Amino acid sequence: MSGEPSAGRRFWHPSLVVGLAGAGFFVLLGLVSLVWTPYPIAAIDIAGRFAGPGPAHWLGTDIFGRDLLSLVMAGTMTSFLVAAAATAIGMAAGVPLGLAAASWGGPVEWLVLRLSDFLFAFPALIVAVLLSTLFGPGAANAMIAVGLFNIPVFARVARGGALGLRNRDFVAAARLAGLGHGAIAIRHLLPNIASLLIVQATIQLSLGILAEAGLSYVGLGTQPPATSLGLMLKDAQSLFLLHPWLAVVPGLAIVLIVVCLNLAGDGLSDHLDPRLRRLGAPRVAA
Amino acid sequence: MIAFLARRLAGLALTLLVAAGLIFALLDLLPGDPARFILGVNARPDTVAALRSQMGLDLPALERCGLWITGMLRGDFGQSYTQGAPVAALIAERLWVTVPLTALAMLLSMALGLPLGILAARRRGSPADTALMVLAQAGIAVPNFWFGMLLVLVFAVGLRWLPPGGFTPWQENPAAAFGGLVLPSLALALPQAAILARVMRTALVEVQGQDFIRTARAKGLTEGEAIRRHGLRNAFLPVLTILGLQFAFLIAGTVIVENVFYLPGLGRLIFTAISERDLVLVRGAVIVLVIAVTATMFLVDLLYAAIDPRLRTASR
Amino acid sequence: MRRVSLLDVHDLTVSLGGRALIENVGFSVARGERFGLIGESGSGKTMTALAIAGLLPAGAAASGQVLFDGTPMPRAEAALARFRGKRIGMVFQEPMTALNPLMRAGAQIAEAIALNRAEIHDHRSVIALLREVGLEPRHARRYPHQLSGGQRQRVMIAMALASEPDLLIADEPTSALDLVAQRTILELIAGICDRRGTALLFISHDLRAVAALCTRVMVIRGGRVIEEGLTPHVFGQPRHPYTQRLVAAARPDPRPPGARPTGETLLEVRRLTRRFSQPGPLLLPGAAFVAVSEVSFSLAAGESVGLVGPSGCGKTTLARMVVGLDRASAGDMVFDGTTHRGSDLPQALRRDLSLVFQDPFGSFDPRLTVGDSIAQPLRLLPALSEAERHRRLVDSVEVVGLSRDVLERLPHEFSGGQRQRLAIARALVTRPRLVVLDEPVSALDLSIRGEVLELLARLRVDFGLAYLLISHDLEIVGHVCDRVLVMDKGEIVEAGPPVELFAAPKHELTRALLDARLPPV
Repeated sequence: MSGEPSAGRRFWHPSLVVGLAGAGFFVLLGLVSLVWTPYPIAAIDIAGRFAGPGPAHWLGTDIFGRDLLSLVMAGTMTSFLVAAAATAIGMAAGVPLGLAAASWGGPVEWLVLRLSDFLFAFPALIVAVLLSTLFGPGAANAMIAVGLFNIPVFARVARGGALGLRNRDFVAAARLAGLGHGAIAIRHLLPNIASLLIVQATIQLSLGILAEAGLSYVGLGTQPPATSLGLMLKDAQSLFLLHPWLAVVPGLAIVLIVVCLNLAGDGLSDHLDPRLRRLGAPRVAA
Repeated sequence: MIAFLARRLAGLALTLLVAAGLIFALLDLLPGDPARFILGVNARPDTVAALRSQMGLDLPALERCGLWITGMLRGDFGQSYTQGAPVAALIAERLWVTVPLTALAMLLSMALGLPLGILAARRRGSPADTALMVLAQAGIAVPNFWFGMLLVLVFAVGLRWLPPGGFTPWQENPAAAFGGLVLPSLALALPQAAILARVMRTALVEVQGQDFIRTARAKGLTEGEAIRRHGLRNAFLPVLTILGLQFAFLIAGTVIVENVFYLPGLGRLIFTAISERDLVLVRGAVIVLVIAVTATMFLVDLLYAAIDPRLRTASR
Repeated sequence: MRRVSLLDVHDLTVSLGGRALIENVGFSVARGERFGLIGESGSGKTMTALAIAGLLPAGAAASGQVLFDGTPMPRAEAALARFRGKRIGMVFQEPMTALNPLMRAGAQIAEAIALNRAEIHDHRSVIALLREVGLEPRHARRYPHQLSGGQRQRVMIAMALASEPDLLIADEPTSALDLVAQRTILELIAGICDRRGTALLFISHDLRAVAALCTRVMVIRGGRVIEEGLTPHVFGQPRHPYTQRLVAAARPDPRPPGARPTGETLLEVRRLTRRFSQPGPLLLPGAAFVAVSEVSFSLAAGESVGLVGPSGCGKTTLARMVVGLDRASAGDMVFDGTTHRGSDLPQALRRDLSLVFQDPFGSFDPRLTVGDSIAQPLRLLPALSEAERHRRLVDSVEVVGLSRDVLERLPHEFSGGQRQRLAIARALVTRPRLVVLDEPVSALDLSIRGEVLELLARLRVDFGLAYLLISHDLEIVGHVCDRVLVMDKGEIVEAGPPVELFAAPKHELTRALLDARLPPV
């Protein structure tokens, strides 16, 4: 009967530092692209197309002579935007549903579980297909499609975490003090599953980046004149046998961003609470 | 056990029913008249009306939905406007590519990922473990379709061992057909294998610390034997959950990867249908995907119950 | 002629992560001898057992010598594993997690047999072992989750005996079981050791159990040996103050002067029933499980009533309804003149009731300061001013013997005993009239239990509180309560003052509970 480990470690986990730094760098790159890029992303220069990396264009140019570095910067911004929006949708809807299911049980839980099961049948691709047929393709479609699937993920994680806590005596003590289910969920359950949710959010963010890439690649996501990393790959698809560089650049960017986000997530998981593993932080792909 | 099965089946049926209804309703919202689309812009109004009647387009929405669902249960998914062929036949034809690809990818990912995960767990903390996990970390970050492009560059363009794309039908040349699936399935399998390796490692490390492993060692087993005989099966449970979800995503991933290799699978069919606004085809293809995903998760649930007796029988 | 001991431990030291868990521990156990190792949580007793069996966790470093029959234990992993399986049998504390949940009980026992017996065996050997531990052949086909705690422990013992070991190491084998099951398992172990001539290393914090079973004992604390000797000597004339404290805590105190109940009925429970619906075959609801069945009793202001019974008898469900956490299916309660059925208890009356939970580690939100947690019940007293609230908080912690600066600290900074005092402080902050205590000391170390019980007795006198005390420990109930209710399968089967009940029990369960008590140290 030893006491619980003290909350959080006193030192910073190396994964966390590297991951946050890397991810932060890319976010910064994206934010900067909102106000400035080395060249405007719409600037076409047919004469200078397919250039390799050089002093004028640090990453080279594409089939239309557009500067790849600028495209990567702007593309990173779009990818992050879509992934962040999708994660926000998932959390905003999923966490309350999961907490409600764990707090009220009974028919509420049944309903939330059925809804979760139902949403799990619609991976992002399928929703994107439906939305594209209805409204035409676009980045907003990607946000909604990926976001919808994030909802049952967060609901499941929130519910799992809350269930583990619901039977603890301090919840009963709060009930004795007259708090209702809702107040208990907000004041006691949510703060105690916050670390779990944050880690899951970094996972879903990285998965969102991958998902957006895939959707844009097949033409269901971001559309020109906007750009995203997936869209750059789509443009490269017809030429990559002859000009592999055009595919390597955006792909590598994706890999680096996702690795950084995952490292940050792993580091956060270890740093925030070693007990997270017991509550269960599942890794679910989008 | 029967109760468990019955409940799960009922859940599956309910999900599919609601999904079908939703898909129908969504696509029904679209403006535009399929009959006019088929007959052309200059068709006479009464011909259009006659065709609408024939196609059953003047019936109320609920009835049309019901007809569609009952039709599907008979195997009739409707008729594609743009291609003039039964949807079921069009889809079935494409499944000959998509299904073997998905199956091959799943098998490869399991064959690669699970043993490596077990190895990493058994050698926890060693350089081998670190190396494997670094590799896995990179693997899960790689978009499968991009990886496909890289594979093509290396194996098709560089080494010329395999074709860069395209597909020979099974009937013509099974060996060539299979050859056309090797690179795509590798592209799909490797990121999946990385995920499975990580999950397997975490699950096994978790199990290694459990009390029943200590009991097994107290009985006279070495740690390795205890983990093999008792630990693996227990560790497989959380892996199974992930496996089910991954398989569902593999199905979606296949659709995307087909694009890299110009494979005539379900993907191409769907994307063409979308751009041509062929609703019947889109509807049919989407519901097939949804059925595939839900059926997979259902099977995983069953497998889970088969392995874990706590789900089948009541506790004391 | 000097007998070679079966087990010889010299200068055993085990460290993990730089910290020494046990230091210079030495003792020996002769063939067929029963040796007890007494220690509280964190004393290193389990590490000692694991070190002897070669089952230390990864990263632990051990030095010293462990000799078995005069020779050191094998070093190579495979040889050590086989040696351990053949010569040593081990029984651990938590039977639920110690058995593989995916394997049938019989299969797990059969594996133990197959590993360690050279001769041909078949499923009859499994049956024979099951019978020896008091189970029936049909239990072989069950999975661990389908067996009770006592049954699972018997399966563990059967596995430990499969190889006909020379030494049986039992580490807190009965701590997770209820009173009656405890007694039966202890008798089983004693009987087996007698019959087979197996030596026993019995590890426990329960002095009475060790005294009943072992001829020699050793007391361990903080990883070091405190005292060792023959049982009657160590317990009869303990030399070290720590041992003296333990022995005093294990001996029943003379009954402290209690408050006289005032006579006015505070709580009347009338035919209270709680049914839980269960899923039946297919999708229809099945037969309901009745947790509490037509329970009636009354409790006067200032009176202390004890509620005892085996695990699963419904005592906790009953307590939850009394406090207003759960809703009765039938029957009702009258508290201070107001009739209610549990969760519909009016807000205004909730301040007069409170509950002290069993587990001091789970009853505080780890993210809130202790002060915030204790202040929470004050929500039921909205009329209090800020100053008055603060005064109540300070009073509550001071009255339980802690200083006011604990209010700013977090729960994890306190020990189990301190947290239980804080739980009592929280229970008193609204000045209740009835406090329900659910096993208030069973999760605490033995040496601390006495203090907390003393505190509870004093508070009762000082504040005129009525108690409803739930416990499985008859000693505690006998000394703290004016009246005892015995509960079995949801019903009250017997009631009366403890003196009468213990002297002349009428119901067979009461008799079983009394018989299950171990003789005093």
